[in-house]
Amino acid sequence: MGRKYLARKTLHALATLAFVLAFNFFLFRVMPGDPVRLLARGAATHMTPQRIAEIEHEQGLDRPLPQQFVVYAKNTLTGQFGISFVTNESVTSVIGRAIWPTVLLVGSATLISTFFGLWAGIKGAWGRGSLFDTTSLFGSLVLYSAPEGWLGMILLIIFVGTFHWFPAGQMSSNTGQTGIANVLDVLSHLFLPCMTLVLGYIGEYTIIMRSSLLEVMGEDFVMTARAKGVPDRLVRRSHAVPNALLPTLTLVFYSFGFILGGSVIVEAVYSWPGLGQLTYRAIQDLDYNVIQAVFLLFSLAVIAFNLAADITYGYLDPRVREA
Amino acid sequence: MSDPQPEPDVAELGVPVVEVEDLEVNFKGRVGFFAGLLGRKGFDAKAVDGVSITLYEGEVLALAGESGCGKTTTARAIMGLLIPDAGTIRYRGEPLARSRRGLRGYRKQVQMVFQDPTAALNPRQTIYEIVAEALRIHGVPGGPDAKTEEQLVARALSRAGLRPPERFYLLYPHELSGGQRQRVVIAGALVVDPAVIVADEPVSNLDASVRGEILALLMKLREGSRISILIVTHDLGLAWTVADRVAVMYLGRVVEVGPAEEVLQRPKHPYTKALLNVVPEAGGTERPILQGEPPDPTRIPKGCRFHPRCPVVASGRAERLGILNRCVSEDLALEEIAPGHDVACYLKGLGEEP
Ligand SMILES: Nc1ncnc2c1ncn2[C@@H]1O[C@H](COP(=O)(O)OP(=O)(O)OP(=O)(O)O)[C@@H](O)[C@H]1O
Ligand code: SF4
Ligand SMILES: [Mg+2]
Repeated sequence: MGRKYLARKTLHALATLAFVLAFNFFLFRVMPGDPVRLLARGAATHMTPQRIAEIEHEQGLDRPLPQQFVVYAKNTLTGQFGISFVTNESVTSVIGRAIWPTVLLVGSATLISTFFGLWAGIKGAWGRGSLFDTTSLFGSLVLYSAPEGWLGMILLIIFVGTFHWFPAGQMSSNTGQTGIANVLDVLSHLFLPCMTLVLGYIGEYTIIMRSSLLEVMGEDFVMTARAKGVPDRLVRRSHAVPNALLPTLTLVFYSFGFILGGSVIVEAVYSWPGLGQLTYRAIQDLDYNVIQAVFLLFSLAVIAFNLAADITYGYLDPRVREA
Repeated sequence: MSDPQPEPDVAELGVPVVEVEDLEVNFKGRVGFFAGLLGRKGFDAKAVDGVSITLYEGEVLALAGESGCGKTTTARAIMGLLIPDAGTIRYRGEPLARSRRGLRGYRKQVQMVFQDPTAALNPRQTIYEIVAEALRIHGVPGGPDAKTEEQLVARALSRAGLRPPERFYLLYPHELSGGQRQRVVIAGALVVDPAVIVADEPVSNLDASVRGEILALLMKLREGSRISILIVTHDLGLAWTVADRVAVMYLGRVVEVGPAEEVLQRPKHPYTKALLNVVPEAGGTERPILQGEPPDPTRIPKGCRFHPRCPVVASGRAERLGILNRCVSEDLALEEIAPGHDVACYLKGLGEEP
């Protein structure tokens, strides 16, 4: 890959990051009232005035804005996000606890929906107009437009409410099992929220893959391959799909960036102890430090995955590779 | 429909390689989703509506005509890339199979060169992979002086003017110029030693400076081989430079076909004559005399399909000659007016020039 391309993309990512840092700072300062007092009226009513003053000092809130920014930048860049006003723990460990359930939930849902979405998109486009194609396209459009919260409720009502096949929420039954039993327990809790997300994502991936492949199928090089007598299966595998996959995978990569922040509703529906639920609670409780850190983390994920997408694209597409 | 082509003078024209007879290709008219619900139907486009042409061994045949007259569709049908609605295509006397499997041997013999080399090359394959592809499908020929795949790829690249060939193996299409890309396309066709090359506007997407080179390359292919070339073009000047014979198409039909000097210097069809007047000539540009609406394959006029735009009709000559009635109402087929020169026009029986 060209060094210039790499440098340009990295620079772009860093610039975005700088913007997000600044935005994150000002967003929380321009809100009416100062954050800590606002908080003191919220969930953290248990705080004494001394404690509030302490916190204000720690976070530099008693100093003029430019100095505050210096303190904020230093704290953020060194990973000091302060404490959660609700639990009194450090924000880092609160997030550290919540991040893995989310990665497990959203990561598995993304992998499954990418795999089946791309499969259905390819099969549909290749047999354009077939029963499979029309059905999967219709299904995709319905799922694509269905709100995740609603999908989650439906699955919950059917599989928990009516059939009692799966546990109703949380991540495990907390009965202290270990080994295989524990894994199975977590999986059974994971199944419904994961399926909800899969259903939510799969339509989009199917539609993107399908339209991307249809476009490539109309290209002259696909016709050239056919004219040369390349068997259908091979035309698809070595000409059509590789060229259609590239733009699709890039889009999928971009959407990976949103996975950390993307499961707020589903986690709320299934009481899944992840980042989504943490965010949901933190907003309700005005747990200012947590909100700020989570917001930063979500932005960071988007920026990182965009950069990763650009790099992958550059690596896979010969036209960009040399540039 | 048109009569079968008159028996060619075998001594002069040689052995027929590809024979197209009464070819018809329709494209289904599409209507919008809601118009469809209301029961409305689109008009079917008769892109090719009774084309008969023969490509002889070792010749260059130009298929000329305005945009939309069905040249590309004819070429694609010949390539077996679309299934005709009617008519037959024969290769060395054998009708084309309709199945993919049955077409395999044919696909080795007939290779295609597209208009836009950038689009015709898979951007993710190297030049070597692109050129070797047909060999991998059809196999490397054995025999006493058998060559390896690499030797054949190298030979095809040099024949296409990419020398030294090894220098191009690992490059990707985007690293080449437009002219070089078209040479890669040609090398990919040559590698299996085809009997026929169908080239659809092979130079119209290239810079003017390299057009001549690519045309010269195509012409040179005939040296020491009996390869036949069907070249599709809207440019009669180009047809004049490269072709032995020219077939002029109008609205899905061939209206005049014959030796290039005959057709282009002494055109017998008013449409050919009008087209020639569009070609700017040295020492002054004649004004195009083609007027009227561009032809629409969803609405083919009755009678001679050229009559709404025919200058002979417009000037009143057709009426004076007493053919107007037939011009506007009676369909007509190609008829021979001189050896190997066929025209579809009521003027020909009268010995009148268009
Ligand atoms: N896939 C298609 N679907 C519908 N109509 C088509 C399709 N391909 C071609 N046509 C129509 O058929 C007619 C003939 O098209 P064709 O491409 O064969 O013309 P052409 O002589 O090659 O023109 P050009 O010089 O512009 O390439 C045109 O009216 C075109 O709109
Ligand atoms: S047949 Fe009549 S309308 Fe057609 S080209 Fe000849 S003169 Fe013109
Ligand atoms: Mg064309």
